[in-house]
Amino acid sequence: MEAVQPQLPKRHSRWVRVTHWIITISFFLLTFTGFMILMVHPRLYWGEVGNDLTPAIFELPISRNYKHGGWTSSTAFFNNENSPVTAGRTYDIFNQNGWARSLHFLSAWFLVLTGLVYFIFGFTSGHFRKNLFPGKDSFSVSSIKTDVKSHISLQFPKPSGGPTYGSLQKLTYNLVVFFLLPLTIMTGFTMSPAITAAFPFLLKIFFGAQSARTIHFFSSVSLVLFVLLHLTMVGMTGFKKHIKAMTIGS
Amino acid sequence: MDHNNKASRILTRREALITSLGVIGGILSLPGCKRPAPPTYGNILRMGDDFTYSAQRSLLPELSLAKEYNLGDISSFPATGTINPGDSSKPGFNENYSKALDTNFDQWRMPVEGSVAKPRSFSLHELQSFPVRNQITKHTCEEGWTAIAQWHGVQLSRILQAVGIKPSARFVNFQTYDGWTDSIDMIDAFHPQTILAYGMNGKNLPIPHGAPVRLRVEKQIGYKSFKYIEKIIITDEFVDTGDSGWAWYVGM
Repeated sequence: MEAVQPQLPKRHSRWVRVTHWIITISFFLLTFTGFMILMVHPRLYWGEVGNDLTPAIFELPISRNYKHGGWTSSTAFFNNENSPVTAGRTYDIFNQNGWARSLHFLSAWFLVLTGLVYFIFGFTSGHFRKNLFPGKDSFSVSSIKTDVKSHISLQFPKPSGGPTYGSLQKLTYNLVVFFLLPLTIMTGFTMSPAITAAFPFLLKIFFGAQSARTIHFFSSVSLVLFVLLHLTMVGMTGFKKHIKAMTIGS
Repeated sequence: MDHNNKASRILTRREALITSLGVIGGILSLPGCKRPAPPTYGNILRMGDDFTYSAQRSLLPELSLAKEYNLGDISSFPATGTINPGDSSKPGFNENYSKALDTNFDQWRMPVEGSVAKPRSFSLHELQSFPVRNQITKHTCEEGWTAIAQWHGVQLSRILQAVGIKPSARFVNFQTYDGWTDSIDMIDAFHPQTILAYGMNGKNLPIPHGAPVRLRVEKQIGYKSFKYIEKIIITDEFVDTGDSGWAWYVGM
């Protein structure tokens, strides 16, 4: 009797491996420079406006700029009780934004252009349809139940070494690829005066430049948490095998 | 059959790669054909800044306006950097500024020279005799904060027309009392919202915000809206004042 030809396990395509690592390096640099930029003004707001003379939603104790009191006494702009005010800064703030901002945007170019390549290939090659989008069996209640159970008991199925993903894994990757990364990029654009002049709807959908900045912060934190989770899962299910699969492809 | 499929797929990828390289090349080189090349300092960060400059100038409409707000949107507004060049105890002190301040800028004059047909200087009164433009706009500081204020001033384009800039002119350089020299290109210089502001929120421009006259460049980050303008010089070439460590063009 002729043996049934064993199905070859799926491997990561070369374009997936290349874009994965370019995006990894960009994301690392964006996180590092993003933190440097946040240190300069560690206050977050909602709406269009937010500065040291207006109330913040919260303030992070991450640099000497945290709650610094170096301001001249304030002067009202108008002769009424609730008039907005101005005050001069007398405090020498921490500020490394010269290089941090330029490096942030340089890394963002790599992320955005590589991301575009990834999206084009993802759709045209069928990678998204075959490996990421809900398939016949992957998003059924029972398969999610099984997957949740195996995650809780930390009994993971053997890694395939390729794009054969579990239900929760697919769900997470979809969230990152189609929601968190685009949201972070779009809210980044919304902080740009040149881009919002051309596309004013950005200020509408994110409720203003400061809201966009706050959303940018939370979506970036979510992405960092994803990376930590991703690394944990990679470590728990065979670090060497995964690294080999994502670099040389076997 | 299988082999053929693979060959055609490779071709498609190669084509896709060439096309995308072409797009990137287009972004890089197109503005170079019709416009002055942006400054380069031979450093990777500045090259990234230049790429952003080229991309924004190529992909974004030149004449789009920054959002303008209502009187009720005016907010509190910190004054940062130099807050008084007349204060001898602080960096950025300038004796000429101090003298001009003593006479309430009555004797203050701002020369406009360089690549122009009729170099001249303007007093505050002369600047105020041009049609006034009032705009309520958002100031976006590179540090991360924003503030909204109403500005009153004269469009920079009117001043450039008054002195008759030459067709070869490409950059407008600003010298400030607190020691800065920096420039903007002609696209920003002729933008309708680019003004020399002498008023803020219905009053004369306060000293901490750049009195007597500051620039407003609404589609760039706040540090390009130079305060305490002393002199304007129009040049045909980009004047490289050395790498300050900060991007020359900051549309984002």
